[in-house]
Amino acid sequence: MTDSFLDTLLPQLASGAAHTHALGFAFSGLDGDRVRIRVPYREDLVGDPETGVLAGGLVTTLLDHVGGLAVWVGLGAFRPVATLDLRVDYMRAAAPGRDLLAEARCYRLTRNLAFVRAWAFEDDPTDPVAAAQSAYMVSAEGEHRTGANLKPKTAA
Amino acid sequence: MTPALLDSLPYARFLNLRTQANGDEVTVVMPFTDKLIGNPMLPALHGGSTAALLEMTAMAQVSLTYPRLRLPRPINVTVAYLRSGRPVDVYARARINKAGRRVAHVVAEAWQDARHEPIASLTAHFLLDPETAGT
Repeated sequence: MTDSFLDTLLPQLASGAAHTHALGFAFSGLDGDRVRIRVPYREDLVGDPETGVLAGGLVTTLLDHVGGLAVWVGLGAFRPVATLDLRVDYMRAAAPGRDLLAEARCYRLTRNLAFVRAWAFEDDPTDPVAAAQSAYMVSAEGEHRTGANLKPKTAA
Repeated sequence: MTPALLDSLPYARFLNLRTQANGDEVTVVMPFTDKLIGNPMLPALHGGSTAALLEMTAMAQVSLTYPRLRLPRPINVTVAYLRSGRPVDVYARARINKAGRRVAHVVAEAWQDARHEPIASLTAHFLLDPETAGT
């Protein structure tokens, strides 16, 4: 794994796309194969205005995204990946007014697939707001790569 | 619960979700904007935005069918991504498979041009407001 990947590209991948930028995602460090991102609390990211708790959909997005980062950490490089599926258990409401952290680890990597677990919490990973288990397709060279359905079809 | 249910939720407003109810069926539209892009190279929508649309569609359908004082709370959600989301509007509908006194099991699908070619599918459990459940 090159230093430029860890120092430059990984933080960009955490927050560089329009959606993650709009949500305020920020790279929050790498410890071995565990990678973290943070989303600062914002009123417009709240699910239920009566409670001030961040939306479940935001937590899902955070866990999906930090899982992708964990795949790139596992690969040691950037390659296109696509989430195959993602299961999120919401253990408790996020504390209103507080930032959320998410941590993910890619615990199995094959030629085509990456298997990931991820957690979201305020400051203690053992007291999670939510936990995710997910699988990602890892891009292969050739016709059937990620996003192939978006490419113009060539005439037969 | 009114068809405009999602309009009161900040994150639904952040995604600019538009809720329509035809009879007992809710359809939610997520109009395309650049801030939904997760992969600028393709470009493709961020899967998280589609997941959030599906979850809120399921929540709106549960609220319409089983009105309670409080919103249904997600217990868990599973999202399968079937196709990359193109930079155009996304539509979603949900179906309640089973609702008991406390828990509802809901499935939902999101599509773009063709309903029979969904881009993502959701399976979820919601906790119904226990204080007012059980009419």
